[in-house]
Amino acid sequence: MKYVILAFIGLVVAPLAGGLLAGIDRRITARLQSRQGPPIRQALYDVLKLFGKEGLALNKWQIICAWVYLIAAALACTLFFLQSDLLLIFFVQAVGAVFLVMGAMAGRSPYSQVGAQRELIQVLTYEPLLVLVFVCMYLAAGSFNISDILAVESPLLAQLPLAYIVLTYILTIKLRKSPFDFSTSHHGHQELVKGVLTEYSGPYLALTEVAHWYETVLLLGVCALFWTTNWLWMAVLLMATYFLELVIDNTMARMTWRWMLKYVWGIGLAMSVVNLIWLYAG
Amino acid sequence: MFKSLIKNSRAKSPWIMHFDCGSCNGCDIEVLACLTPLYDVERFGVVNVGNPKHADVLLVTGTVNHRNKKVLKNLYDQMPEPKAVIAIGACGATGGVFRDAYNVVGGVDKVIPVDVYVPGCPAKPEAIIDGVVEGLKKFQQKVEQAG
Repeated sequence: MKYVILAFIGLVVAPLAGGLLAGIDRRITARLQSRQGPPIRQALYDVLKLFGKEGLALNKWQIICAWVYLIAAALACTLFFLQSDLLLIFFVQAVGAVFLVMGAMAGRSPYSQVGAQRELIQVLTYEPLLVLVFVCMYLAAGSFNISDILAVESPLLAQLPLAYIVLTYILTIKLRKSPFDFSTSHHGHQELVKGVLTEYSGPYLALTEVAHWYETVLLLGVCALFWTTNWLWMAVLLMATYFLELVIDNTMARMTWRWMLKYVWGIGLAMSVVNLIWLYAG
Repeated sequence: MFKSLIKNSRAKSPWIMHFDCGSCNGCDIEVLACLTPLYDVERFGVVNVGNPKHADVLLVTGTVNHRNKKVLKNLYDQMPEPKAVIAIGACGATGGVFRDAYNVVGGVDKVIPVDVYVPGCPAKPEAIIDGVVEGLKKFQQKVEQAG
């Protein structure tokens, strides 16, 4: 029974929470720009509307890729709530990320092609770092299993402060926020239109949006694992992290992929290795 | 239930695409003014998308000429149903002061069906927002008629 409830949370509650979070995100962003902003349920309205639109797809590959992206993201999120293995979750979400790119490559539009290439570079940037963060968690908690990580007695953040910073970099890339928002520019009337999402439309765009909510919840879940001993502090940590993301998004310009690769790999690899050595020696 | 949810959401999330069909930029500035903190149309869920495949409402400013009528038609055809078209300004409605020029086809309705006309030279941002709200009512009706 416990597993049924957890699976329900992962499959149904998580995307709704992700949708509300996307609405809160837009609201706070608007306030930071001294605007009123849309209602908090706006992201849900958007997706429902998209499901009601005519389905114009380029070819059947695009449809398959949108569905695989959604299913992989939903599966990864559900596995997370079922307290499965971090490495398994990692590989499942990687499959989804790659299928999103493949769907974008199914069209010949230069915007979606360039967006797909940039998205691939983003995947290339964060995947090794995510593995390193998981390895750090393994060394600190003694297991890749989330149920074991939940059982630790002191918060992982105390042992893994640098790994947590690396995780916030990954979160920024995964949420596609500035300075790393070059695969799908957030405002769709810029140089790349909507990048990797340009060719998805109507219900298929809605599928990728729901998948994105799953991924957001999954990554915030990984952040939450850094403070599992106290619910209050876990909530504070998550809210502070997400607010930091918003401030970074609103104060940074969009950079290039070369800068991202150099900067995130340089700093991210260095910080995770230092944290690993610290764990190993200490 | 799902259908009524979608129906309600449609009016709450109009994504607009703006096409400058040879305007003098007067109306374009007013369209963009709607997005500024003063008018902030995002509070109604309006997003300015640059992609016809994501758009629900097409805002057209300016006169149509023989060069860009194909572009206008192409953009309209790429938008998935249900969709609405709003012609903005005197030029979008009839061709305005340019209507007798040798290269001008006329208003937007010479090329694609228009749902709402927003008058003015240039149209005020308030009038454009009203036009979008009217356009949403129109496409709600169209959806109901279609089934």
